[in-house]
Amino acid sequence: MAKILLEMKDIIKEFPGGVRALDHVNLKVEEGSIHALCGENGAGKSTLMNVLSGIYPYGTYQGEICYDGHTCKFKNIRDSEKEGIVIIHQELALVPYLSVMENIFLGNECQEHGIMNWEECRSKAIDLMKRVGLDALPDTPVNKLGVGKQQLIEIAKALAKDVRLLILDEPTASLNDEDSEKLLNLILELREKLKITAIIISHKLNEITKIADRITIIRDGKSIETMTEGVDDITEDRIIKGMVGREITNRYPPRLEGTKIGDTCFSVKDWTVYSPYVADKLVVDHVSFHVNRGEVVGIAGLMGAGRTELAMSIFGHSYGCRISGHLYKDGKEIHLNSVSSAIQNGIAYVTEDRKGQGLVLMESIRENITLPTLGRLAHLGVVDENKEVCVANEYMERLKIKAPGIYQKTRNLSGGNQQKVMLARWIYADPDILILDEPTRGIDVGAKYEIYCIINELAKKGKSVIVISSEMPEVLGISDRIYVMNEGCFVGELSREEASQEAIMRCIMDSNVKKKAV
Amino acid sequence: MKDVISAQGAGNEALISKASFVGFVRKYAMFVALIFIAILFEFLTDGVLLAPMNVSKLIMQNSYILILAVGMLPCILTGDIDLSVGSVLAVVGAIAATMIVQQGFSVPVTVAACLAFGLLVGAWQGFWIAFVRVPSFIVTLAGMLIFRGMTMVILDGNTLSPFPDSYQFIAQKFLVDIPLFAAIPMSTMIVGVLVAVFAAYMFIHNYNQKVKYGIPAGSRTMLFVKVAVVVAVTIFAAYWFTQFKGLPIILILLAALIAIYSFVCNRMVIGRHIYALGGNENAARLSGIKTKWVRFLVFVNMGLMAAVAGLVFSARLNCAAPSAGVSFELDAIAACYIGGASATGGIGTIVGAVVGGLVMGTLNNGMSILGIGIDWQQMIKGLVLLAAVAFDIYNQSKK
Repeated sequence: MAKILLEMKDIIKEFPGGVRALDHVNLKVEEGSIHALCGENGAGKSTLMNVLSGIYPYGTYQGEICYDGHTCKFKNIRDSEKEGIVIIHQELALVPYLSVMENIFLGNECQEHGIMNWEECRSKAIDLMKRVGLDALPDTPVNKLGVGKQQLIEIAKALAKDVRLLILDEPTASLNDEDSEKLLNLILELREKLKITAIIISHKLNEITKIADRITIIRDGKSIETMTEGVDDITEDRIIKGMVGREITNRYPPRLEGTKIGDTCFSVKDWTVYSPYVADKLVVDHVSFHVNRGEVVGIAGLMGAGRTELAMSIFGHSYGCRISGHLYKDGKEIHLNSVSSAIQNGIAYVTEDRKGQGLVLMESIRENITLPTLGRLAHLGVVDENKEVCVANEYMERLKIKAPGIYQKTRNLSGGNQQKVMLARWIYADPDILILDEPTRGIDVGAKYEIYCIINELAKKGKSVIVISSEMPEVLGISDRIYVMNEGCFVGELSREEASQEAIMRCIMDSNVKKKAV
Repeated sequence: MKDVISAQGAGNEALISKASFVGFVRKYAMFVALIFIAILFEFLTDGVLLAPMNVSKLIMQNSYILILAVGMLPCILTGDIDLSVGSVLAVVGAIAATMIVQQGFSVPVTVAACLAFGLLVGAWQGFWIAFVRVPSFIVTLAGMLIFRGMTMVILDGNTLSPFPDSYQFIAQKFLVDIPLFAAIPMSTMIVGVLVAVFAAYMFIHNYNQKVKYGIPAGSRTMLFVKVAVVVAVTIFAAYWFTQFKGLPIILILLAALIAIYSFVCNRMVIGRHIYALGGNENAARLSGIKTKWVRFLVFVNMGLMAAVAGLVFSARLNCAAPSAGVSFELDAIAACYIGGASATGGIGTIVGAVVGGLVMGTLNNGMSILGIGIDWQQMIKGLVLLAAVAFDIYNQSKK
């Protein structure tokens, strides 16, 4: 058996508020191997890697990191990089306007007494670029290159730091198949030639089974099992089971009595959206679906499947360009060119990004609840503040928002209460169709339960609720019907009876295979 | 100045209910600082600072900066800035002088034309900022150059004067100079009493509304104390002005602007949209607020305010000069920041900006009386700006 390069023992990491992201995680990585980490969104993979690379410094977690025979206490990224541990994040950390060469040596410049040695820099850069197979001029600004090439720059950057253990967080998530293939081959090649050990986090199970020597599955912050290529019988099914196989207790309240699913309220035909950032990139690809009155429809899928983009493009073209397709409400076609027209047509969208796009954090609960509906509380443009206070108080009570009062700034609320403020805002807007994007992300179990209850109440009132969630048990627990989305397309529609985590995963995997075949 | 204090008093009522307690303390702190500075200089100048004549002068001297600050605050609330107002002020003065002094247009036509020009300037800059999304710093920096140049072209490098009496009216005259009011004895006192009655009515009306809706409104005793203080301060201020020439006309305009814009910012939908836009533009957009139009209107309004300030300034100096209003934009911006506005947007009040402007104005005036040179004044003003904003940031981080 080869030498163990890295051993993480009993790692425990807690976040403020008592959320235990890692719970006695163990990980052993052999020198010169490619080790895959698998798990659902939020299982704790990225947290574990952040612990390893010193982003969460020594002392903020419990447990021991043993690397190359000695115990490590990294205080920051620089410490871990000194040992040859380099992490490449999902969102690349390149400076868009600097050249390839400058980016490769960012923070690690070829210099003497603070003065750059450009000649050395250039020759080293050309050397490194050759090694990773990057076909570009060293002076090209990074933003002129595609994502695939940028990914290669990141690897060159790691090589410049004399990497021994390379950590890749979802390296192929934003790459097309050809670039993914190239990248995976490069990782294999680096292992052969330079004996570089790699830890790779990926949702794409076909890739993992292809290149990984060992696979560790993490679920709910615990390391479940480690499989070794050639020893265990590794199949995608087994990985999926390991990833999702948790016991589900009754965390989802049943529908309220008297909830009736009526006729179709809202339907979308051939909805197609292009990315506003990357030319000719299809983000939503001819999607059609419908939702009935009193029905809760879930949209499942992995991160980056295009669900948020779909929802936001429907909600008054808030995202994307070259949007085409048709929207029908109660059988009549509607055109939603602005957010206000969407609201007028009875559509509400509760964003996944509470802090960035949802709440005005410096304002109070009251102001946040009435933000889209101020016009309704105003006469000749003057807000009836007393009426507003009454509304805010009423909704604070109805949704059980826990705060000292409606004048509390939303910045000071917990995630769950912030989410409830957002729900209050849109429930007061009284829409017919409510799109909830990751309504329970990062909030505790109790608040989650209350939010499910609110969804049930809405369904009982005959509202149509669309829930986008990356947590599969949640989608399964609260939906009457589930659409599965993958890479911009709807790849499956499952009734409540058909739906299971395996079935959803299967839809996603099948579509990946189909795509590859085409 | 006393009248503005009462305006602050009226504004506080809205403030308590609007911002959190911390926000209130911060604004209150600057208000206390203003009173402290006033008392300090009152002693240092042996009672000259708060003498009726000097109070009138202080208001008249700072009126155009305060008008600019009232327009500037919404720009800062949306996270923008307007560097062009000094130049716009100058070009408006130049247009007014050319029309009246050279072309012989009547005063009302000239004033209307100047205000229309201000709106046009605002629309021009607002278009680039809101719809083309050029950063406001750049658009208005360009505007600063464009309109300064335009002033020089219009005036051909000369200073134009004098304006007719009727034009100077707004900036230089007092209530008794209006024939109608001159005929009424004690007209300043009457205005003071009317304002006091109106303020008291508003207090009681708001209180009753709250009671009607079942919202906690505080005790009745507190209400009476507040009303009594406001009435006393207002009437005393009116009395104080009668000791010189009576109420300056400009103060009436100023008080009206402050009251109107405070109302717009706090109570009207558009005002709330401005705050929301500054606080989180994405959230505002996803709540159906037409963020582009809000930003556009904010700059149109700034253009209008710059034009008003231009009229007042040229009327006060009784001339239009190519170098008029240089660095006024910085005074207006400083007033907003000293008054508690946040450089990143979303936080700030009209009353705060006015208090900030008065802090600087009082410092200027007090130091001038003491014979401290403009060089030292600049340094002290700079330090006050830095200290005020640092205090704000410290206060926020302490939380």
